[in-house]
Amino acid sequence: MGIKWDEFFITGDPLILGSQIAILLTMIGAVAGITYLKKWKYLWTEWLTTVDHKKIGIMYIISAVLMFFRGGMDGLLMKAQTSRPEMEFLNSQHYNEIFTTHGVIMILFMAMPFLIGLMNVVIPLQIGARDVAFPQLNALSFWLFFSGAMLFNISFVIGGSPDAGWTSYFPLAGKEFSPGIGNNYYAVALQIAGIGTLMTGINFIVTILKMRTKGMTLMKMPMFTWTTFVTSILIVAAFPIFTVALALMTFDRLYGTHFFTVSGGGMDMLWANLFWLWGHPEVYIVALPAFGIFSEVIATFSRKSLFGYKSMVFSILGIALLSMVVWVHHFYTMGSGPAVNSFFSITTMAIAIPTGVKMFNWLFTMRKGRIKITSAMLWALAFVPCFVIGGVTGVMLAMGAADYQYHNTLFLVAHFHYVLIPGVVFAVFAGLYYWWPKMFGFMLNEKLGKWHFWLFVIGFNVTFMPMFFLGLNGAVRRAYTYSAESGFAPLFMLSAIGSIVLAAGFAVFCYNIYWSIRYADRNISSDPWDARTLEWSTASPVQFYNFAKLPEVKSLDPFWHMKKKNEGLTLHDSEIEEIHMPSNSWVPIYMGVIFGIAGFLLVFEWHIAAAVAGIGIFAGLIIRSFDYNEGFHVSKEEIHRIENAWRKTEGEVHNHVS
Amino acid sequence: MKKMLLSLTAILPMLILSGCNMVVFEPQGPVARSITELINWSLIWMLLVVVVVFGLFGYIVWKYREKPENKDYEPPEEHGSTLLEIIWTGIPILIVIALTIPTVKTLYALEEAPRGYEEKEPITIHVTSADWKWIFSYPEEGIETVNYVNIPEDRPVLFKMTSASTMQSFWVPALGGQKYTMPKMETELYLLADNPGSYEGQNTNFNGRGYADMKFEVLAQTQKDFDQWVEDVKDTAPKLTEKEYVGLLKPTHLGRLTYSNTHLEWVNHADPDSKAYTNPELYRGHGYQGKTFEEDDNYKNEKPNVIEGHGEDKGHDDSEENHGGDHHGH
Repeated sequence: MGIKWDEFFITGDPLILGSQIAILLTMIGAVAGITYLKKWKYLWTEWLTTVDHKKIGIMYIISAVLMFFRGGMDGLLMKAQTSRPEMEFLNSQHYNEIFTTHGVIMILFMAMPFLIGLMNVVIPLQIGARDVAFPQLNALSFWLFFSGAMLFNISFVIGGSPDAGWTSYFPLAGKEFSPGIGNNYYAVALQIAGIGTLMTGINFIVTILKMRTKGMTLMKMPMFTWTTFVTSILIVAAFPIFTVALALMTFDRLYGTHFFTVSGGGMDMLWANLFWLWGHPEVYIVALPAFGIFSEVIATFSRKSLFGYKSMVFSILGIALLSMVVWVHHFYTMGSGPAVNSFFSITTMAIAIPTGVKMFNWLFTMRKGRIKITSAMLWALAFVPCFVIGGVTGVMLAMGAADYQYHNTLFLVAHFHYVLIPGVVFAVFAGLYYWWPKMFGFMLNEKLGKWHFWLFVIGFNVTFMPMFFLGLNGAVRRAYTYSAESGFAPLFMLSAIGSIVLAAGFAVFCYNIYWSIRYADRNISSDPWDARTLEWSTASPVQFYNFAKLPEVKSLDPFWHMKKKNEGLTLHDSEIEEIHMPSNSWVPIYMGVIFGIAGFLLVFEWHIAAAVAGIGIFAGLIIRSFDYNEGFHVSKEEIHRIENAWRKTEGEVHNHVS
Repeated sequence: MKKMLLSLTAILPMLILSGCNMVVFEPQGPVARSITELINWSLIWMLLVVVVVFGLFGYIVWKYREKPENKDYEPPEEHGSTLLEIIWTGIPILIVIALTIPTVKTLYALEEAPRGYEEKEPITIHVTSADWKWIFSYPEEGIETVNYVNIPEDRPVLFKMTSASTMQSFWVPALGGQKYTMPKMETELYLLADNPGSYEGQNTNFNGRGYADMKFEVLAQTQKDFDQWVEDVKDTAPKLTEKEYVGLLKPTHLGRLTYSNTHLEWVNHADPDSKAYTNPELYRGHGYQGKTFEEDDNYKNEKPNVIEGHGEDKGHDDSEENHGGDHHGH
């Protein structure tokens, strides 16, 4: 047993007490609200048991926004603590827990689900499919991710948060040096969420390979589909490594084995190698789909097809391949010798080549275009200069010998925020503004969108630019405080001010969602941006079966050419056929809950109880294997009715029913 | 858009100007200098990239933005240009090559005694990192220090590094780069100071609660002063016993300590079969335990720090400014 009963709830810290009360009140409020509005049945049938990829995508995005809030609060607390030298706002232990959870949540529970959410909404539509290949598996992926995320999040009020950094290096993360249960949360919650992600990868590989509509060859796929495809391959290549590493970590922590703990003959650097063998591709797992989003947004708002499509595809493949052979650049300072460090310096720097190709292709997509500066496009534009700064500092870090001076300093922290925030966060915002009308049938407010943009981008630069200089002046990462004599104070203060502006930008974003839900114009076209790809050829919000008749593709940017040639947009009565769709299922959410319970018991090292809960997991698998529900058919009349309803409202776009 | 461009371009000169007073750009020895030269070389190329991309970006976005006059302009169908794509694949390849060659050269050079000093015999100092202190052993001189290290100027120093607890990283930015210290393993790092001076070193690899204050002073002295200091230590400093040493390794902050023998007599933590001196119960704090910490763990050494097995409190006065002076703590 890893914990005493009096250690079950975290007590004694006013910040955490406040959170506990807030969590309790929110839960009571949510339950009361849903009951009052009599929405339980709606929630259950329309959302919790759904297998519709669009709804699953939306649930992913909602979770990601919530996690963004949580991770952002962590960031603000850290910035407050370092705003002044010798600050006594957080103690060392609390700070350690906060930067650990900030990293894990932002990468695994914000960036990934946000992108996977957008993929879920968009990919089947972009390739002209009615759903993903395995709809119920897709729901299971979501619920496992959600379960893992919730398990990880309760750690700060129940039992104690992990505190060994998001990389959880051994031996520090082992039982000898971290005897509490905090790091058990890391091992178990990430494992559960990771299984969900791995299944998403498999699902999207099959979906993209097998479900493309007629005529869509690989080289006619939209760029976001391409990047999702390559990302899925990377997920399937990299996540099993993490699964194994976390399993070994769990054995070390829970059952006293010595894979990574030095005392029993284990190897601490084995963990570092396994972690980064997954962790480096993970960076590209989140960056590649983002590149895809920028490609779509830049092409649409420049009214041009993507410049150098083929070289874009090859550069994605090149980046993916290289991302698997650079992991040692995370520990050049391990003393592995100049030959090893030279090899990894070269492979790492080589990533700059395909990335540079993409950068110039984006620039030349805009050249000779007519650039419409919408909120979505602003994010894509800001991405270019900000990401270039992240990229060039990345090349500097890649140079093994120079890294001896940058390693583990704030220079590194600034670099990866300059890569991940423009490369992922800007992208998900661009994607959200861009595809929002497709998901919900109304647009986000453009004026608020611009406020959101400017506050966020200025705040971002003010927060992270000073960190480059702090790092070069000797400020290390993860230190909860610093002395006044160090001279770091002014830049740390500037950085803290920037983070407030950044947070204000996020607040405007949340307000924008609220405002738009209440007041935005519902009467918009299904193709408000005059876009290029297939998702815009169907209704907004998309009818549950996506396409009444699966479209046929003859070129890149198929919908654009359909509009130009005015063909393939009309739906003839004779073309309407019955559509087969999968039924909802309660098994995925049940699995999420039971995984969460078993995981929670395992975190607390209550092994017998965990084993009993584990039986529930097998029960779920058995129930699923006896599930003979083969879905349902949508009748011609219903399709006709639904299609009539949206096609008649179309003004400019001539896709109507005849 | 214009606003953002302006603010970003304003940052660039700041980058160059502020380079003047940052520790990485003020190397105090040939090892650090070789790394700084490499960094400066990379900065030139990276600035070139930044200038080209920012310029092109600003020009294109400004010229082709939508405005009332070009509402009817319909952009041409364009799918790419083999020539252009070859150019912007080729130039990055050349830049990467231009960066690779000096990187590899420097990587190899850092493994050896600095060039120009091959003739001088290096002094070997063993570094043992523990929670949360640095232990320096001089096997040839037969002395040991904690949280400060004196070195002779103009002579290569070979640090043989290991850890008595978690993985940590030994960094003296003014004198050279860093390397990890790992339990049951040994890494080597050459450093050299050109002239006398006091430089700050620290751990950069997160290792728990006391991490932020895990710092030490490197004092470069003339060979004469250094020899004198060694003599003084041998004459006046107490002997370290194994029992005291075990006390030292507990997770605490200490001030400066000095001994006239080394712990290498009974344990070298770099040895794969060496005994582990870990105290899991003393790290309970990692797990939050339902309370925040009321005790400060003696982070700042404000109060005397009595360790079990260590006897009385000895000269923990790092509040005293010791820059440039000799400091044998006893």
